[in-house]
This record gives sequence, C-alpha cells and structure tokens, in this order.
Amino acid sequence: MAETGKQDEALSDVVASDASTTAEVEAVLDAPVERGEPILQVRNLVKHFPLTQGILFKKQVGAVKAVDGVSFDLYQGETLGIVGESGCGKSTVAKLLMTLETATSGEVFYKGQDITKLSGRALKAVRRNIQMVFQDPYTSLNPRMTVGDIIGEPFEIHPEVAPKGDRRKRVQELLDVVGLNPEYINRYPHQFSGGQRQRIGIARGLALNPEIIICDEPVSALDVSVQAQVVNLMEKLQDEFNLSYLFIAHDLSIVRHISDRVGVMYLGKMAEIGTDVEIYDHPTHPYTQALLSAVPVPDPDAREGRERIILTGDVPSPANPPSGCRFRTRCWKAQDKCAEEIPLLAVPEVFAGRKTPAAHESACHFAEEKQVVGAA
Amino acid sequence: MPDNKSPQVTPSSVAGAGPAVTGGLADTAAAGVAVAAELAAGTDKQTSTEKARSLGQDAWRELRRSWLFWASGILLVLLILMAAWPTLFTDVDPRQADLRNHYLTGPQWSHFFQADWFGYNVQGQSVYARTVHGARASIIVGVCVTLAVTLVGGIVGMLAGYFGGWLDTVLSRLTDVFFGIPLLLGGLVLLQAFTNRTIWTVTFALTAFGWMQIARVMRGAVITQKEADFVTAARALGAGTGRILFRHILPNVLGPVIVVATIALGGYIATEATLSYLGIGLKDPTVSWGVDISASQKDLRDGPHALLMPAGFLSLTVLAFILLGDAVRDALDPKLR
Amino acid sequence: MTTTTAKPANVPEQKGPDGGPLLEVRDLHVEFHTRDGVAKAVNGVNYSVGAGETLAVLGESGSGKSVTAQAIMGILDMPPARIPKGEILFRGQDMLKMSGEERRKIRGAKIAMIFQDALSSLNPVLSVGYQLGEMFRIHQGLSKKDAKAKAIELMDRVRIPAARERVGDYPHQFSGGMRQRIMIAMALALEPDLIIADEPTTALDVTVQAQVMDLLAELQREFNMGLILITHDLGVVADVADKIAVMYAGRIVETAPVHELYKRPAHPYTRGLLDSIPRLDQKGQELYAIKGLPPNLLNIPAGCAFSPRCPKAQDICRTEIPALHDVAERDGAAMPGRRSACHFWKETIHG
Repeated sequence: MAETGKQDEALSDVVASDASTTAEVEAVLDAPVERGEPILQVRNLVKHFPLTQGILFKKQVGAVKAVDGVSFDLYQGETLGIVGESGCGKSTVAKLLMTLETATSGEVFYKGQDITKLSGRALKAVRRNIQMVFQDPYTSLNPRMTVGDIIGEPFEIHPEVAPKGDRRKRVQELLDVVGLNPEYINRYPHQFSGGQRQRIGIARGLALNPEIIICDEPVSALDVSVQAQVVNLMEKLQDEFNLSYLFIAHDLSIVRHISDRVGVMYLGKMAEIGTDVEIYDHPTHPYTQALLSAVPVPDPDAREGRERIILTGDVPSPANPPSGCRFRTRCWKAQDKCAEEIPLLAVPEVFAGRKTPAAHESACHFAEEKQVVGAA
Repeated sequence: MPDNKSPQVTPSSVAGAGPAVTGGLADTAAAGVAVAAELAAGTDKQTSTEKARSLGQDAWRELRRSWLFWASGILLVLLILMAAWPTLFTDVDPRQADLRNHYLTGPQWSHFFQADWFGYNVQGQSVYARTVHGARASIIVGVCVTLAVTLVGGIVGMLAGYFGGWLDTVLSRLTDVFFGIPLLLGGLVLLQAFTNRTIWTVTFALTAFGWMQIARVMRGAVITQKEADFVTAARALGAGTGRILFRHILPNVLGPVIVVATIALGGYIATEATLSYLGIGLKDPTVSWGVDISASQKDLRDGPHALLMPAGFLSLTVLAFILLGDAVRDALDPKLR
Repeated sequence: MTTTTAKPANVPEQKGPDGGPLLEVRDLHVEFHTRDGVAKAVNGVNYSVGAGETLAVLGESGSGKSVTAQAIMGILDMPPARIPKGEILFRGQDMLKMSGEERRKIRGAKIAMIFQDALSSLNPVLSVGYQLGEMFRIHQGLSKKDAKAKAIELMDRVRIPAARERVGDYPHQFSGGMRQRIMIAMALALEPDLIIADEPTTALDVTVQAQVMDLLAELQREFNMGLILITHDLGVVADVADKIAVMYAGRIVETAPVHELYKRPAHPYTRGLLDSIPRLDQKGQELYAIKGLPPNLLNIPAGCAFSPRCPKAQDICRTEIPALHDVAERDGAAMPGRRSACHFWKETIHG
C-alpha cells in the first residue's frame, strides 16, 4: 500500500508540473514510454449508473455500482488480464478507459495525463493511442461498409496518420498483417466467418499504430479451433508492434495463456491482482480460489485429483451490493469482520515482507494460500 | 416443452439486414450455413472467385426471385410512364368535351387505346384519356408526399433517437400530438385555408399530418443502431456525431424506413383521391382520379364506367405500391418470412 | 468416391431395460434446402445411449451436433430441413416412422431437452410455477392446486432456494443459473428416460456452471436417465461424460470413452482441438492452431472433410471418405468403444 502511495505522489507531481496547453499535452501523449514503465495508471475508478424513475422529470432512486473503486497499472509491453464473472464490471472498465463512458470519479493516467478530464484535440490524440478490439465480430463491423472502408476509417478520422494517397495501400498492408488476403478489400463483412471478422476488427484497431489495445473478450465468440489462431495472432502482433494489452475475458485458461499479470474482479472491485504465477498457482483470495477450482480442465485425470470449491448462490446485484467485503455472502470463510470492514487491496499482513509468490495484493481479511490448480 | 431454437436456415448473414447473432458458440444450422456462405471462398490467404456483394446487391438478388416484385414493378413502370408521358398512351385531349355525341357513352372494350375504349363521361370527355392523364396528379402527390414525409419524419426521428434526453421527450410528445389528428381530417382542415389548391398545396397538407409514422420507425431504428457495437467502435476511434449519424447509423436504418415509406405511398395516393372526391383537394381543370370519381358519382347508375375506371386504376396503383413495399421488406429482412 | 456409410456401432453398450440401448441413431442424414443450395448438415451419424449413461457430442458450430439433437426431438423445421435417410430408434422403435401424435407423446414425457438460452426458452409472461405445473396439467391431468404443489417439489429438487415463495415469480426475476435450474426442473417434470442437453452451461458463469453441471449429473444418477450432452467445451465434457463422440462437418470423426480420448486422440481433428486450447495448469508458449476454417456445408470437401486443414493429409484423404474404423492397440488388442474416421488412425494414436 505504501508503495502505491508513493507512486501516486510521484504521479501527481508529474501532472502538476505539466503545462496545460493542448499542444503540450499532445506532445506528452506522443512521447514514447520505456518498456516496463507504467503506461496506464488507473486510480480509484468509479462508475455508477443511476437508476431513475419518472417519464418527464426523472428522479434518481438508486445506482448500479458497476465499477466501485478500481486501481491498477498497465506496464508498457505487457498484457494485463482482467477476469471475472458477468456483472463484475470488467467491460465497464474497458469503456471507461476508452472514454466511451464518463467516470463518476477516479482518474485514468495515460503518460501522466488524466484522460477522464481531457476533451477535444487532446482526447482525440489519446484515442489514437488507445484502441479497442470488441467481443462480437458480428456486430462490431458496420454491415454496410466494405472491409476497406472499415479499416480505412481510422485514417479518415485521423487524417494526419496517413496521407490520402497512401491509405489504400496501408489498408492492404494491415489486411496482410492480420493474415487476410489483401484482395478482400472490397468485400463486405457478411462475406467473412467469425474468425476472419475478428481479424478485420484487429486490423482496424492496429490502423493508427496505437500503444495500448483494450481487448474485451476478443475470442469468446469464436469457435475453439479458431480461438487459437486469433490468440496467436494477437501475441505475434504484440511483439511486432510493441503493444500493451488489457485483456478482458471470462475464460481463465486463455487469460493465463496470454497474460503477464492478472487482476480478478468481483462486483465492481478488484479482489486480487498479481503475476500469472501468483494468481494461478498461489491464489490467496477465496473468490479466486473458487473461480479457479470451478474451471473445467480438459483432462479427466488431472481433474480427479483436484479439490473443487462449489460456491453457493449467485452474484448479488450491483445495485445493492453487500456491506463490507462484497464476496462475503458466498464465502465459506466469512466472519463478522467481513460484513463490517471493507478489505483493502494490498499485500495481506500474513505475507508482508516475506519473499513468497503468495505475497501479492489481495483484498481479503483472511487471505491464505491454497493450491487449487493441479500442477502439471 | 418449448419447441424453440428451430434452425433458421435462411443464411441471415448473407442477405439479412442484421445478422442473427447466435455467437460463434451456438451450433444451429444457421451458423453453419452462414459460415458456409462466407467460406465459398475457401480459407484465408487464398485467392477467390467470389465477388464482393453489398447488402443492396443481396437484396436485389432476393427481389429478382419475387413474383410480387415483378408484378408490382411492371405495373408501376406502366403507371409512371403514364404519369410522365401520357401522350404515349393516348393523343386525345382529356379536357375536350363533346356532349352531343358522347354523353355517357359506354366503353368499347375492343377499341384498345382509343378514345372510346373506356367510354365517355357525363361531360362527353374520353374516360380513357382522363384516366391516363389523371395518373400524373396521383403519382406526383404520392411520391412527393412520401419524399417529404421521409425527410421530415426521418430528421425528427433521428434527432429524437440519437440525442435522447429532453429533445427526445419533446419530439416524441409532439409526434404523439400529431398522431392524434387523423390524416384526412387534418388535410381537410388545413386545405380549407387555401383558395387556390394545386398538387403542391395538397402535398404540403398531407406531409404536415403524415410524417409521424416515419418519425417513430426512424426513432426506434436509430435507438437500436445507436447501441450497436460498430457505432461504439466508431466512437472509440474518435468519430464525430456527423460521421456516426450519416456513415454508420443512417445506412443501417434506411431499410425499415424505405419499407414503411413504400407501403405508405399507396395510402397517400388514396388520401389525395379522397380529398379530391370530397371537393377539398384538387379541383377541376386539374385532371385527377379523385376529381373524376367525385364528378361521376351522381351518374353511377347511368354510366358506372365513368367512375369505375379511375377508381380501378386508383386501387391498382395503391395495391402496386403496397405489394412493392412488401417485396422490398422481404428482400431486406429475410428473417420475416 | 467410395461410399463409407459406417455400420451401427457394435460397441458394448449399457443396455436399456428391454435389452437394446435406450436411443440409437442410425445413419442419420439431414439436409437444409437453402437458396444457395443444399447444406448437408448431418451426413450419416450413428450413436447410441443407454440408461444411466452420458454421451457427450462434441463439435464446433456447423458440425451438425445440434441438428442431430433437433432431429431426435423432432423439432426441426421441415422444410427447409429434410431427413433423406436414417433411423432414430427409441427403445427399438423408429421415431421417424411414427405419427406426429405418437412422437408428441414421447417428446417431453420420454425424451426431454434443455436449451442453452433459458431466458428465451421460458415464457416471460407466465409465472415459473405455472409453466412447471403445465406439464402435469397437460400430461397427467392434475388439478391446478396439485400441479402447483408438484411445481414446488420440482423447484426444491433442483435446489432453488425458497421454492414456496418464488413459485409465483416470473422468469426475469431469476438469475441465469436459477433459470437454467428451472429448465432442468421442467425437463425432469415427467421423469423422462433421456435428456438431451444442448450447451446447457455455455451461457453461465464459471462458478454457476459447476453448480448446474453437478446438479445435472446428480439427477441423472438418481433417475438413471440417459443423457446426451451437446457441447463445444472440452473441459465440461471431461467432467461428466462416459463416452464422447466428436463431430466434424456432419460426421462423427471419433468416438471414445472419456479418459481415452484425452490421453490418446485417434483423429487429427481431436488432437488439434486438444492442443489448441490453453490450459489453466500450464503456461505454454504458442498455442497450436488448426489452420483454416470449418468447411462450407454447401460444398463439403471431397474425401475427408478435415483434409484441407489436416497437417497429415495425403492424397487418399482428398479422394476417399474414411470409414469409422475400429481402433486397436499397437499389438492388435481391441480398444472397446474406440473408433476413428481417419485413414491414418494408427499413426495418429500410436505416434
């Protein structure tokens, strides 16, 4: 916790020292970031969707707390996986980072600039550098546009990236990069299969040479045999273009495969975050443990040795989350303290100062290590 | 047992306005066939012989197979020719009256395309010539009202749907208020204010009270498309409102609007005739089916042909437009079948 | 092209009460007549399930796994679908030759189906209790009150908490997992002999998935039902199935007892699938990816449908459709229940 505090101070220094003219902001945004340095810093991000009543005069009667105080860093060149069940707020985080939704509170620092407060040209410059790949390859491409128009649209919106005469060539290059025939440029999306469409979506995301790509369940709508192709492609592109990925998914196996670090979300909060080994082999939060133990492993032999934690009940409504720890209603370890005190996301005291993979940030009062994934 | 999930075999992504999203996981035949259709080309990185087909071309492929489309299309082409160049069909002046020789003479069915083919009316004018020349007024009013209504209703619906909030509230309530006024009654009242009523005043009156349906359809379609992933994707790229509205949303909502407009076109033609019949629409020297129906009603028993011929053409025109609308709807949305 | 219509499986089965398997599908073909041509969705499928047995049918979209199930249930839209050939024997009787009335009696009462999307399978304007009770009122002629009591009993059985209070609730008031339980309760209502579950947990979250699969397995044991589990998820299958049939382009390409399949796949497609899914307990480098795309059902490749994507394809694969061979050990010892539709199954399984 202390460490994060210091980081925050350093961060605010950077922000304070920054001049605020748009041109300078843009210059800052276009400056490169060293590999391994944080490129995106999310601090206490909150998004509440108001619940209203009334037809003409709307009255707020409550709020869905989709994201409720989430903090994490994304380092240059890494892949940060975010996992969680439906309704945990992971997709809302993606929308907030893309500034497609306005945050209720909290900050998102991209190269030291709080992008939640930017607008106009500076925001456009941010958008050039943070791109997104969508879940559903069937709805994320405009059915009335050709592939060439879809992949070329980023250049029309940001004409400074590619001069007009070059665009067609650039689009064909991009098609080639994602493994599609450049001659397909005049085809329409409905002439492609799901996997091919997802490649088109990735090509659109790459068009502006972004530094960060936010992937919201990019393979979950695809067939198993096609998923691997797309995951491999994404890994190849990451190396080739030095990209940082925020990889949001509910499939824990794929997230482990592609991620360097993993964050586990539950009901709008981060339950646990750490490297893939820390999370998968040394989970300390009971929710992570239950989640991992529930994943079906495609190997009946490995399966039999595993202990399975089957949670009771469903995820509570984010409009009315439990007090204290949000997981306590389904947790087998819950005690009175869990209802009263919200556990902070920090290295648990039991592990503090010890050099063990279990010493990573986990938001549980009673964190303890438990092996749930059979080592193979 | 709920017997749902029967496979939709029409490959929705081939001709569908909106591809049915079952997700790649759902293993319906539709998914298989959809994949199949795209795969005619073969695998990635393989040159193919399949041509790029836009959804418009797909709709055309579908339309070509529809007898409804051909029947209504041929009929409409004839009617439009009639409206544009009536002299192609007859060289008789529709206003020329010869009471002495022709007062309510009956039709001569074997005299094709001649002045006395459909007989003469009470004024001794050729019913055939009047019917041919009357097409113009009806079709101009129908087409112009439809265009105007699509424009007005389209803009209102688009603004309400896209921007939402108070603008939506205001525009939607305004639409509701206008919906309360029947088209015919509104037209009647408004036209009273004009002493010199031409095709254009009638068009104006019908537009003033006819735009609401399109506005509603447009608003609904825009609200659906606004949430579509590809719109979000455009926003994520930094696209402005204009680009999102005209490049992404508009092309995707035109389908239902075109269908509603085509079907409504027939209704406007009928309304124009009704107004003229009531004596409040077009007026005599203008040749129009409504005017003729109105003029010959009192002679229904002595010379029914003078009323039935323009009335028959009116019905046929309305029917043709409605059938065309149906065919277009089927082509744009094969899921409806 | 040689015809290679496989013979019905001569694999030892767990027998149904009257000696034969509960359900047997023999050489089933299903086609869809579309504007673009004839899509051959199922091309000669054979499988059987005994009482108390779980058969998992594994395949990607377009493999024909759901279409086969719909043909069994008799809920295919015909036209455009057509069944040119094949038999579906339920307790030895061919359901395809039965009258509509006879089939209707079997459907629901003897064979029930669970769908992926519970929300759209339930009527939104009727209470859950009413929909559950409907089965009893229609099939058994129970009174409204008795039917409601039965509904509560069923909801208890699928472990919906506070069943008595919630019996009057509407589908949208339940969570996804609870709705899937209601679907299961509905399928169980008349204590059928066979349940067909089409991707029953795909729409659910991982933690809820485990609950629902456990419930299904437990109820199956309790009632000694046959279960056909249709899925694309190799992980879910590993948990509950006794035997697996892998489908590709409307054919079964491999059948095997569950443990065997994962240990030693005998078909390159199965091997490719197993290699292409990332593992939770291992962090691999690059994933193996099956190249290309699933075939066009309007135009299935000649020979083995998998040959254009197969790393081991030879000339024979492009000309001859492989039969579903019995698979044997290297020394010729029989491997019961194992079959593979690959010309080179020996090389595939024995390396």
